[in-house]
Amino acid sequence: MTRAISILLLLAAAVAARAETLAIRGGTILTVAGGTIENGTVLIRDGKIAAVGTDVSIPTEATLIDASGQFVMPGIIDAHSHIAAESINEGSVSVSSMTGIEDVLDPTDIDIYRGLAGGVTTSNVLHGSANPIGGKNAVIKHRYGKDAKGLLFEGALPGIKFAMGENPKRSRGSGPAARYPGTRMGVIDVIREAFTEARAYQKKWKEYEEKKRDGQKGLIAPRRDLELEPLVEILEGKRLVHAHCYRADEILQLLRVAEEMGFRIATLQHVLEGYKVAKEIREHGAGASTFSDWWAYKMEAYDAIPYNAALMVEKGVLVSINSDSAEEARHLNQEAAKTMKWGGLTEDQALALITINPAKQLRIDDRVGSIEVGKDADIAIFDHHPLSVYAVAQKTLIDGEVYFDRARDLERRAEIETRRKALLEKRKGESR
Amino acid sequence: MVSWAVLATLAAMTDGPGSYAVTGARILIGTGEVIENGVLVVDDGLIVGVGERLEVPEGAWVIDAAGKTVYPGFIDALSSVGLGRKPEAPEAAEAKEPRKEEALARGPEDRPGTYSYKAAADELSLSDDRVVKWRNAGFTSAVTVPEQGIFSGQATFINLAGEREREMVVRTPVGLRVNLAPPGTGRSFPGSLMGVVAYVKQAFADAAHYRESWSAYDAAPLGKPRPTYDRTLEALARAQSDGWPVLLPAHEAHEIERVLGLASELGVKPVLYGIHEGYAAAEELSAARIPVLVSLKWPDRDKDADPDAEEPLRVLELRDRAPSTPGVLEKAGVRFGLYTDGVEKPDEATANLRKAVAAGLSREGALRALTLDAASIFGLEDRLGSLEPGKIANFFVASGDVFDEGTKIETVFVDGKKFEVRGGEE
Repeated sequence: MTRAISILLLLAAAVAARAETLAIRGGTILTVAGGTIENGTVLIRDGKIAAVGTDVSIPTEATLIDASGQFVMPGIIDAHSHIAAESINEGSVSVSSMTGIEDVLDPTDIDIYRGLAGGVTTSNVLHGSANPIGGKNAVIKHRYGKDAKGLLFEGALPGIKFAMGENPKRSRGSGPAARYPGTRMGVIDVIREAFTEARAYQKKWKEYEEKKRDGQKGLIAPRRDLELEPLVEILEGKRLVHAHCYRADEILQLLRVAEEMGFRIATLQHVLEGYKVAKEIREHGAGASTFSDWWAYKMEAYDAIPYNAALMVEKGVLVSINSDSAEEARHLNQEAAKTMKWGGLTEDQALALITINPAKQLRIDDRVGSIEVGKDADIAIFDHHPLSVYAVAQKTLIDGEVYFDRARDLERRAEIETRRKALLEKRKGESR
Repeated sequence: MVSWAVLATLAAMTDGPGSYAVTGARILIGTGEVIENGVLVVDDGLIVGVGERLEVPEGAWVIDAAGKTVYPGFIDALSSVGLGRKPEAPEAAEAKEPRKEEALARGPEDRPGTYSYKAAADELSLSDDRVVKWRNAGFTSAVTVPEQGIFSGQATFINLAGEREREMVVRTPVGLRVNLAPPGTGRSFPGSLMGVVAYVKQAFADAAHYRESWSAYDAAPLGKPRPTYDRTLEALARAQSDGWPVLLPAHEAHEIERVLGLASELGVKPVLYGIHEGYAAAEELSAARIPVLVSLKWPDRDKDADPDAEEPLRVLELRDRAPSTPGVLEKAGVRFGLYTDGVEKPDEATANLRKAVAAGLSREGALRALTLDAASIFGLEDRLGSLEPGKIANFFVASGDVFDEGTKIETVFVDGKKFEVRGGEE
């Protein structure tokens, strides 16, 4: 997409409009949770789904969205994204858990809007993979036009990035500037050491709190360590670990070191060789978030197969398909569809890979991931079945608000270009 | 006029008197009050009287300023004026030698880019040619602070004149400057914006812990190790406990939102600087009651940029609307100062100020931002910023309205000392 079009899209976001009661009528509803409803209605009240079915009575005050001949699905959830952030990697240190995406969110990033244009409503914005233990994530809703705080998925359990293999070990540079670790065993060592420190830190604070409770005077609180605080949260189950990994051996190493140190991996990211160790992944309780058919871009990504997602699903692993790319995020529906060709997943299983499954992985499935009464009205409307290559998103709603409307977008492009030209002319006039 | 020129020459030749009376001028007090045909009396560096009919004290040198306008001296609210020309960055100095391993920061404990112990007051240099340039443009004071590093140093409020550097200092410290750009390469911590933000949080958390440790130790040392002195934390701890303005950068609206959030975590009194997209964040700033310093270097296309590259509408909008920021802030009731932001010539800043006036800033608002509000943001409103008795005699005589193009600044007074602007009589 050219820069010019990105500008057009930018202003088009201004179309987002709130209606108290909204009814999406006449479409085929792919609920994900409760099968497919032909010619159904989704009634939305105050941002939540109020009713779903074929005999929903529509109040007179409701704003109507005609979805006849179209397909209505839950908003797509991308479990691995790097959009909407002004920096991604703090690669100078082997543990960068003191950093956080929330500190650097950029709500003006056009990729938020582009995601909407592909039906994406929620993204797990992750720190990069330069360190064995990376920075904190931010789960966002694509509320383009809101401020940074307005993007945040309220109440989502916080998370953090881990990374195994080539990226953390090759981020070390060379010569005197070289950073530890330089090997895979070093990566594991960094994790083990960091959590050993975190345990000591946790203990120090506990002892302090106990003494304080006992009424001891003149106590000095331990120094706050912003690097170790998130690790303690992991140990206490208050923070999810999203771990970048590829090879079967490193996946097993990671699961074992986590178990040894007393915490769980919430999701394995990329996990291209997950099909080899699916049983172990399931037993650990980790989710797997992978690509459909993207591999061989480096040595550790060679032994991948397009059947990965399907095989892990069959073994009972909670699987999602992610983008890791602002471009790929715009056609996650097609990425999910590939698992039907390679691996023979059903439509429902394929759709779950980009809706309810990532919602479960991020522990936000009580709010999003399916079209069910009581859930957030995060909905994507496609002109064809979303698992078809012809599907193009027509409208995308978050909390019952239309944040993307393809027809309005097309209308506004000329308007925006006129404005742009006018500003350029004005500028020329001033500098003369 | 001739007699005045002669007097001026005499003044330059002798030490000059301590007492002046400027008569017949239109005087803008700086509080909003204007005296159409007034007298301003200065003695020993301070303003001793201002009014319509004031007796000229015996022995005072009379300056006939009939038809002229007198303004309180301008304050450049964030600057490095007086710190020498282009002070060499500590990082740049290091870069000349091959980097040693220990020069790379491996975490917050290495205190990367932290020069919080450096006070601008100790680095002043009258040989900085900007002192005269700025003064000739009506700037009689500046808040000056080293610019390099994450914590670049302590700000000092200076007057732009003096026989010796130390005479320039009005008050120090008046603030602590923070930059959020990573100071070095990505190999040294912090190497990213998120790393810098995390470091700033850790540094202030450490400062709070440092204060707590010392006060507990001082109160009852028995059984406690003596805390280790840390020159970098001393200043941060004092910024927290003494309420120094902590200067934090934010240009775009989302950066303003981000930094307001950050400041509330740090336990400091923030002053935001930059603020080019302040027109889109005025409500938030007003609600937070946080003063700001607006850069007078409006965003422009990078001179080295590809001339054929298409620029997004967002960038064009920001460029078009940035000069409206001061006017929008004025209407929203946000207290703000203005700063020259590294321009080469102060004329550029005043030309840019005229753009702000054209874009909606009232002339009273412009004057207030350059004088009393800038002074009050740094806690000096009882010392300068307006032409009221008892205040430091910082002012200038202009040929007309200073916000009109072509108006000449003719005579500048700093600490009650008179300086002719060369070429002012031409």
